[in-house]
Amino acid sequence: MQYLLLIYDNPAEYAANYDTPEKQQAHMAGYFQLNAELKEAGAMLGGEALEPVTTATTVRVRGGESLHTDGPFAETREHLGGFYFIDVENLDEALKWAAKIPAAQHGCVEVRPVMLIPGDK
Amino acid sequence: MHTIHRTIEQVFRAEGGRIRASLIGAVRDFDLAEECVQDAFIKALETWPDRGMPDNPGAWITRVARNRAVDRVRRRGRFEARRDALAALAALDAVVGAPEELTVLRDDLLRLMFTCCHPALNRQAQVGLTLHTLCGLTTDEIARAFLVPKTTLQQRLVRAKRKIGKAGIPYRVPPDDLLPERVGSVRTTVYLIFNEGYAATSGDAPIRAELCDEGIRLGRLLTELPGADAETEGLLALMLLIDARRDARVDAEGEPVLLRDQDRSRWRQDALDEGRARVEAALRRGAVGPYQLQAAIQAVHADAASTETTDWTQIAGLYDVLARVQPSPVVRLNQAVAVAMARGPAEGLARIDALLAEGALARYHLAHSARADLLRRLARVDEAVVAYGKALQLASHDADRRFLAARLAELGAGHEA
Repeated sequence: MQYLLLIYDNPAEYAANYDTPEKQQAHMAGYFQLNAELKEAGAMLGGEALEPVTTATTVRVRGGESLHTDGPFAETREHLGGFYFIDVENLDEALKWAAKIPAAQHGCVEVRPVMLIPGDK
Repeated sequence: MHTIHRTIEQVFRAEGGRIRASLIGAVRDFDLAEECVQDAFIKALETWPDRGMPDNPGAWITRVARNRAVDRVRRRGRFEARRDALAALAALDAVVGAPEELTVLRDDLLRLMFTCCHPALNRQAQVGLTLHTLCGLTTDEIARAFLVPKTTLQQRLVRAKRKIGKAGIPYRVPPDDLLPERVGSVRTTVYLIFNEGYAATSGDAPIRAELCDEGIRLGRLLTELPGADAETEGLLALMLLIDARRDARVDAEGEPVLLRDQDRSRWRQDALDEGRARVEAALRRGAVGPYQLQAAIQAVHADAASTETTDWTQIAGLYDVLARVQPSPVVRLNQAVAVAMARGPAEGLARIDALLAEGALARYHLAHSARADLLRRLARVDEAVVAYGKALQLASHDADRRFLAARLAELGAGHEA
């Protein structure tokens, strides 16, 4: 089954937790390690880190007209900071990978199954 | 006519869980399995009154439900992925009536149990799904037992079943690396079911008794898991020891009877013996946990002929250990009461006062009524009256309130609550 692991992070907390270049490097090393493990296990379909929400633009089309808003829709403390797209046997496997994402230590990871559209495969 | 309908209901109650478990195992679809069991039930209602009961009702129902499932899967197979349908049909082939091999049945039930109690489902959904699919309770009965509207419960079950399918919750006993954590989750759900039956002072009595029975049945099933750990044994022992007092803990009017006032000859010896033996065996394995300790405490009570002759020193000692592994305020309150029984009310009172000062139990009526009881025993009557009054203010169940009002009356104090 395919899952999207959505990584939510609190930028203020991240800045407080990783306040030296060494700590940031160690944090990144955690991601490189995870990437290698996911590839090794043949579970990796993709994954990216995202620029901060301050760079986001929200689009809505209403009455045929595009409306653009600076930033995300909701004022939440935790923001979508990146994602993994994986293919594993079942939810237990997906949860195991999610727990290995470094951001799960302070932020959280939402595990979402990818919808199977009948007749699509 | 009515008797055969009742018999049919009983057979379905007894066999439904097993049949549902094996069908779910084969087709991986809770709703399809449920509908096939329902269809078999309807067919039994149509044919048994005329033709009489089959020799082996369980096998009859299994065969009818299985054949129904085969029809449904074949029909579905024309529209959906043939590979899945073929796998389901092959699995359905293996579903036989009243399996001779008891381990097959046990394994199906255990797999279903871990699926229903998967931590990705919220606890209420786990409880509802377990009672519905494994124990065969109707949504009506579960809603009544947990005092939730039936529609709320139904929505909860629909959502949970959909999540099991869509989110890929596996149908299996978890592998070794996940097992300890997952067994812990199943134990919590099982004890919640038992406790709702045992401790609730509302809801109707027959349903509550059934929850206790089902809790014990599920606990027993969990001990049959290969390599079941000591805490699982401890949980079953705890439930057996508590449930042994079922007949003695309510009087003829349905009012709760305190442990110290219970007629101990009405405690069920067979349940006490089994509980004792299981907790002793569990403790010998050397991996002590909260369920074993609570069971050991209940076993000490079971050994005594009265409150006066109870080995309170041993109980206080067990609470000391329990409070170390599970330092919750309620455990520490029980520890304080045991200390009061073992070493005198003054020491117990000091502990309760300290606990209340921490704040977590300030609005818990049992903390105030325990304090009141110790004040009474220390002949500090005025303070006892104030403490019972406080407990009465906080108690929400009628039976608790009547009990507290009676204690106040004994102390010669009326109340305006």
